Amino acid sequence: MKIAFSTSGNDLTSPLDSRFGRAPKFLVYDSDNESFEVVDNQQNMNAAQGAGIQSAENVARMGVNALITGHCGPKAFRVLQAAGIKIFTTDAPTVGEALERFRAGKLTEAKAHDVEGHWA
Amino acid sequence: MILAIASGKGGTGKTTVSVNLARVFGSDVQLLDCDVEEPNAHLFVKGTTINEEAVSIRIPAIDASRCDGCGECSRFCEYHAIISFGATPLVFAEMCHGCGGCALVCPKNAIHEIDKRIGVIETIENGNITLITGRLDIGVAMAPPLIRAVKSRIGSGIPTILDAPPGTSCPVITTIRGTDIVVLVTEPTPFGLHDLGLAVDMVRELGIPFGVVINRAGIGDACVHNYCERERIPLLLEIPDDRRIAEAYSRGSLIVDVLPEYRGFFENLISKIMNLLNEKRS
Repeated sequence: MKIAFSTSGNDLTSPLDSRFGRAPKFLVYDSDNESFEVVDNQQNMNAAQGAGIQSAENVARMGVNALITGHCGPKAFRVLQAAGIKIFTTDAPTVGEALERFRAGKLTEAKAHDVEGHWA
Repeated sequence: MILAIASGKGGTGKTTVSVNLARVFGSDVQLLDCDVEEPNAHLFVKGTTINEEAVSIRIPAIDASRCDGCGECSRFCEYHAIISFGATPLVFAEMCHGCGGCALVCPKNAIHEIDKRIGVIETIENGNITLITGRLDIGVAMAPPLIRAVKSRIGSGIPTILDAPPGTSCPVITTIRGTDIVVLVTEPTPFGLHDLGLAVDMVRELGIPFGVVINRAGIGDACVHNYCERERIPLLLEIPDDRRIAEAYSRGSLIVDVLPEYRGFFENLISKIMNLLNEKRS
């Protein structure tokens, strides 16, 4: 399965960005072959409005099954849900740590958005 | 004549100039508060409300029984207000600019448009001034459609003053587009100069004649004066940094009413604006 992480860096040691819509990048990890790719999200980071919607669209088009991030706003949540992507929020400091927690079954699926828009 | 009072920086005195100019105009004048996100001209022009009407934009509604999830609407919308992943699309009403494009491109005719209220327009009469003020509803982020609705109330043949929002983005462009002349209000500080420069670039791009008013003259430095001279921008008025002006403003009074010695300043501004206009026309 493919899992997207919000991050500011380029590998598994990078910090997990607590923002979803305005995260600088997404690291997309493929658990089938244990590889990952990093996708730029700068455009949405600086969007006046709709960053969550566009980020969610981007993540959905990459064919991911799950998203792991710090927080998720209402519009992004609606889009991710419609695209059938499971959302997990965590305070893990790095992408690698978040992945470990996910694998260990320590993360629970978010059933609603946990912040309002423009919270950060 | 349609005159817009704008600025790059906020809080420089657009409304102060607009309302006092309107008061000394010497004839009937329309004053349009186009700062629909935070209108304030009504605090200075108090009077009887003669009309209030709601303004709506058209947003999409989906007929799920007709939609086959092709996603054409989603690909068309630049603002990501309608999103489809192979199923009935999601509509984000607050992102919609009301262009109607999604309904036009839908091959299944599954989208029709419904009204979504975005704000109100209030008309207030006070002496020679007819104030038309737009007020965006709380939670609505889309100012331009309401500003266009406010501007559509401009009656022909009556001089009109538009109090613009601050900045240089879409709401400001929507306000000043199609006006005959723009007055840029600034303060003589590095911050004032920086944002004045942005506003000058914007007005030049739109090709509208303009001049500058310096408010709170006496503070800061000579940077704005030097800039205007270098750029050959007419300096139309300097309003001194006078504590009594701030006090009048804080009480919602017009400067020209409570400090009559300033009447001449604004009358002079009107004649300079008229001269500038005639110069550009000839």
